[in-house]
Amino acid sequence: MAEDYVLELEHIRKEYPGVIALKDVTLQLRRGEILGLIGENGAGKSTLIKCCSGAVIPTSGKIKVKKEKDGEVKEFARMTPQLAAENGIAIIYQEFNNVGELSAAENMFLGRPILKKNGIVIDRKAMEAEAAKAFEQLNIKIDPRALVKNLSVGYQQMIEIAKAIQQNAQVLIMDEPSAPLTTNEVESMFKVVELLKSRGVSIIYISHRLEEIFRLSDRIEVIRDGEYVDTLITDKDPATIPHQVDDLIKLMVGREMTQKYPPRKPCIRDDVVIELQHVYGNGDQDVSFQVHAGEVLGLGGLVGAGRTEIAEVIFGSKPKEKGKIIFMGKEINPKAPRAAIDHGIALLPEDRKKHGALLTNSIKNNISMPIYERISKASVIDSKVEKTTAEKYREDIQIKCPSIHQLVKNLSGGNQQKVILAKWLAANSKLIIFDEPTRGIDVGAKFEIYKLINDLVEQGVAVLMISSEMEELIGMSDRIIVLAENKVMGELQKEEFNSDTIMSYASGVIPDSKKEAV
Amino acid sequence: MNENKFMSAFKANAIWLVFIAEIAIFYYFNPKFLSLPNIVSISRQVSYYGIASIGMTFVILIAGIDLSIASIIVLVNVVCAHLMMNMGWNMWIAIIVSIIMATLIGVLNGFMVATIGIPAIIATFASQTIFRGLSYILSGGLPIPDVLRYAPEAGLTGDPTLGFFARWSLNHWSLFPRQGIGLIPVCAIIMVICFAIGSFILNKSYFGRYFYAIGGNEEASELSGIRVNKMKYLIYALSGFFAGLAGIIVLSRTGSAQASSLVGFEFEVITCVVLGGVSVAGGIGHMSGVIAGVLIIGSLKSGMVMANVSEYTQMVVQGLVLAVAVGFDCFSKKRQAS
Repeated sequence: MAEDYVLELEHIRKEYPGVIALKDVTLQLRRGEILGLIGENGAGKSTLIKCCSGAVIPTSGKIKVKKEKDGEVKEFARMTPQLAAENGIAIIYQEFNNVGELSAAENMFLGRPILKKNGIVIDRKAMEAEAAKAFEQLNIKIDPRALVKNLSVGYQQMIEIAKAIQQNAQVLIMDEPSAPLTTNEVESMFKVVELLKSRGVSIIYISHRLEEIFRLSDRIEVIRDGEYVDTLITDKDPATIPHQVDDLIKLMVGREMTQKYPPRKPCIRDDVVIELQHVYGNGDQDVSFQVHAGEVLGLGGLVGAGRTEIAEVIFGSKPKEKGKIIFMGKEINPKAPRAAIDHGIALLPEDRKKHGALLTNSIKNNISMPIYERISKASVIDSKVEKTTAEKYREDIQIKCPSIHQLVKNLSGGNQQKVILAKWLAANSKLIIFDEPTRGIDVGAKFEIYKLINDLVEQGVAVLMISSEMEELIGMSDRIIVLAENKVMGELQKEEFNSDTIMSYASGVIPDSKKEAV
Repeated sequence: MNENKFMSAFKANAIWLVFIAEIAIFYYFNPKFLSLPNIVSISRQVSYYGIASIGMTFVILIAGIDLSIASIIVLVNVVCAHLMMNMGWNMWIAIIVSIIMATLIGVLNGFMVATIGIPAIIATFASQTIFRGLSYILSGGLPIPDVLRYAPEAGLTGDPTLGFFARWSLNHWSLFPRQGIGLIPVCAIIMVICFAIGSFILNKSYFGRYFYAIGGNEEASELSGIRVNKMKYLIYALSGFFAGLAGIIVLSRTGSAQASSLVGFEFEVITCVVLGGVSVAGGIGHMSGVIAGVLIIGSLKSGMVMANVSEYTQMVVQGLVLAVAVGFDCFSKKRQAS
């Protein structure tokens, strides 16, 4: 080996019965570098890192690890969690392996506690001291005695990283580490990652957010459909980044992506579909707005500003305390999602897997779920209608699947989102609320979702779109309302869209440009 | 791909292969195992397991559990016998009242689980204890014997048809005239009808779709427009109903109501259901598997009795069968996942 590679994956292949998850992926990680790993959902990133952790056994291929101490190279046909740990490979998954009821220090030493001399009793003090040391090394302020359930997601992630460092990890693999974090937390996570790099830790950083990849990585590897595509050297010159982004997207999806947001014919109608008047749902919440037929109203704001809560109040999954909801000219008071659905209100929740799709049910069942009682006679389902409905939407919105009997858990994120949308289309919804419509969805599928939203409004559906992605909010909305601390801070018309203005509203500040008007 | 289809078809029906293998083994050791009288006897024996297993299947499908069914059966026994023997009620009215009572106990379970939010295992365990206790109180701890013999005189107003039912009981009366032994006992016919209803609910009615959805993900089901709590009431009520019906069958078999009987029966029913491939995590399972599970346990018991295996050894074997069958399933799933 000419280069100083700490980890090499050679021609990794993984076959499942009927599916090839990885065809042929090669990856080389240099000492002390950050390697960005990108690819569409379903490209095989997760399977690849699971091969490194030992959770997945590769069908063929080699995993080579170089020991830090003596430079000895070991070759493995497969990993086990023990081998991975012994060889200094640590993985930060999207879901953390923390136990909420235990303290930060106890979590760090979970499964390998420091014992007192008698060999039986746990030495809490020693563990807390070690944990404090590890936190200090990473420049993070966490009380080792704090219970993990009381810590923010950002801190919980830090504990995972500290745990890896404490175990002398030389290779750190991070799977979408920024996904659950707020903007501020992402910033501190970046600092820790850069600090680790300066200490000689090699990092594989997986993310859908390309700007993060550019900010952090030294090289970028692209995989597509389970195959290695290319590795580029990151050029951090801001002038070249837009060009590089286009190149990367092309590599990822294997086709040209000229536009990020599809064009939409003007289709806003005069009739108001829903109007909220001083709705209180979350203590001191006070929200008023209108959405017209054929309009996309963007709902901006920071995490915790009360956007999801207001959506839940409209959808009946959270009780409304005060205020009026007027839907299609009539006051409504949905006490349960069923009631809201019957009015024609739909919600595509932020957490698709937990609240949106019924993963263990078929596509067909998912789509007909809200309308079963309508398509049944004396509780017997009209199976013909059930089937044709599913086939219709599979065709209409192009859900990519071998058959409508496929379980939804086997679909990619984008297709899962389409199934949820199909369900609401089948239910004949007049207002569709999207809560983070493209979170965790890859670039190609994002574009398709945007096109679907356009189709909806062109047909006269009203869309309320909650989004934390500034670009998406600006690119898709006809009008934007920004919430801060449960209140409407400001409203922007299309010609006023500007990320700075939105950010100041979101932080609870009225921007200078607007002050005169007030 | 073809091979895969074969494998999945094989896996889906593996439980039936286990059943056939079991029959073959017992037949090998004792050819009388497949004699007509024994088959009829097994069908009687499994009937109340089968009937009770239908409600339990629904409950486990939504990731719940119902530990109260044995107590419901015993209470139905005691109440029904009490109404007929001590109060002189008509047999049919006593039966209907007892089954309504059983259904209401199910509704109570549903109330505790859905409205109050007590975990199903605790709520139904509380019911188990309460209604077993009530059965003792009602019967004074003594068996109510000879229910079948006195039923006609006590409960009937000379109606010969009803007297016939009561005398021969649901257990002994057969679809065809008694020829020596009598073919196809009514209790077995009732079981088959119940399985057909259960299978219909799961596959053809929207309730079945809801059950699978709730078992897969309760929150997402609610957000898809299913009234989850309502369904829970319905499911626990159905479990109570089927337990009540099973109770009537038990009474007609034993002819005496005893508050101390059928201890641990709920776990035998759970064994049948889980053996039949219904996942305790919810959302996965089919009626056909449960039927196989019931038949496996039923013939296992009968076969072992014929082979003179002691009751204690039978318990060991039944436990082993459960662990091995479910273990095999879990193991193959685990291997598939990695």
